[in-house]
Amino acid sequence: MAETKSELLLRSIFKRNPIGLLVLGICSALAVTGQMTTAFVMSICVTLVVAFSSLTISIVRFQIPGSVRIGIQITVIATLVILIDQILKAFYFELSKQLSIYVGLIITNCIVMGRAEGYAMSNPPIPSFIDGIGNGLGYGFILMSVAFVRELLGAGTLFGIQILPLTTDGGWYVRNGMLALPASAFFLIALLIWILRTIDPEQQEKN
Amino acid sequence: MVHYLDIIFRSIFLENLPLSFFLGMCTFLAISKQVKAAAGLGAAVLVIMVITVPINNLILNYLLKPGALGWAGQPDLDLTFLGLLTYIAIIAGVVQILEMVLDRFVPALYNTLGIFLPLLTVNCAIFGGSLFMVERDYTFGESVAYGIGAGGGFFLAVICLAGIRERLEYATPPAGLRGLGLTFITTGLIAMAFMGLAGMEL
Repeated sequence: MAETKSELLLRSIFKRNPIGLLVLGICSALAVTGQMTTAFVMSICVTLVVAFSSLTISIVRFQIPGSVRIGIQITVIATLVILIDQILKAFYFELSKQLSIYVGLIITNCIVMGRAEGYAMSNPPIPSFIDGIGNGLGYGFILMSVAFVRELLGAGTLFGIQILPLTTDGGWYVRNGMLALPASAFFLIALLIWILRTIDPEQQEKN
Repeated sequence: MVHYLDIIFRSIFLENLPLSFFLGMCTFLAISKQVKAAAGLGAAVLVIMVITVPINNLILNYLLKPGALGWAGQPDLDLTFLGLLTYIAIIAGVVQILEMVLDRFVPALYNTLGIFLPLLTVNCAIFGGSLFMVERDYTFGESVAYGIGAGGGFFLAVICLAGIRERLEYATPPAGLRGLGLTFITTGLIAMAFMGLAGMEL
């Protein structure tokens, strides 16, 4: 291994961010970023699923026949997602209602499949696990940054706690309704990608 | 009849999967550089959704729901927790079968759709369509209508984006925005335009 473990962890957060560079897992990234709470829970769920699916798949990687590997990967991932879904439904019912179908959609989140196929299939369990956590955190980093802006400026709250007093309650801050709309997530992610790629010109696309 | 038309219309314009629920974004953004390829992808999504949403509806109603296994002598069984695993398996199976059938009987269509078909197993729009069907408790007829509408909405949106991206080839954006960044902004603008159909709430 040329990379140390911390490099392996960190490179997925900034250098090779799954959303910013590899264009994976965007679906859920946009939909759950209206509030910090949902974005936070979603990041944790995805990190857990990516880490453990990479670990499991890496352990059994010599037993998986090439022709059915996609099916096996999906089964491993779906089982982990069902576990998380059931835990959320049992202990955090309100939250699981808010996340609605997006927890189930972790199964088809390309980050999980992408890491299983692209990394775990050809690397030992421990680095795969770390790679999974790194990618989950990289995903979470984008999710939380977008949710921070959207919730703070869109509703004046963070994690549901009032930060900016709204004019409707006698405060001074006029709610920016535009940021409460889902479409604003597109613009925020575009800006984030722009920033990431300006800092690190290697990521820029050729014309 | 009007009820079914209403579901189709709603799922195409008001609840468009990629533009208002952001499902199927990965393929939506990746395969929208040219109108021709986009049309192929859109058609493949439409076909698969029309097939898989009703099938998953049958599976839910006759195998998974609490009491659905009454015909097999197991009236107390509730298998809904197996839902996620079952739906994805059905989708993967249908995609595989469709690929083989097209290859055997309609090679021309297979060559057009071919490369997109395996990709679609992990397309969130298709999986999301099935999950929305479950969440909203559609009947069989409604689920057929929803499959048509949701697939049609994806078809429309991806062609829309591809048309604009073909033109954007001639633009000179800042280097950091080139490609992905600009595509995101374009999609955001289309999404806002689609919202106008529902009456924008600010």
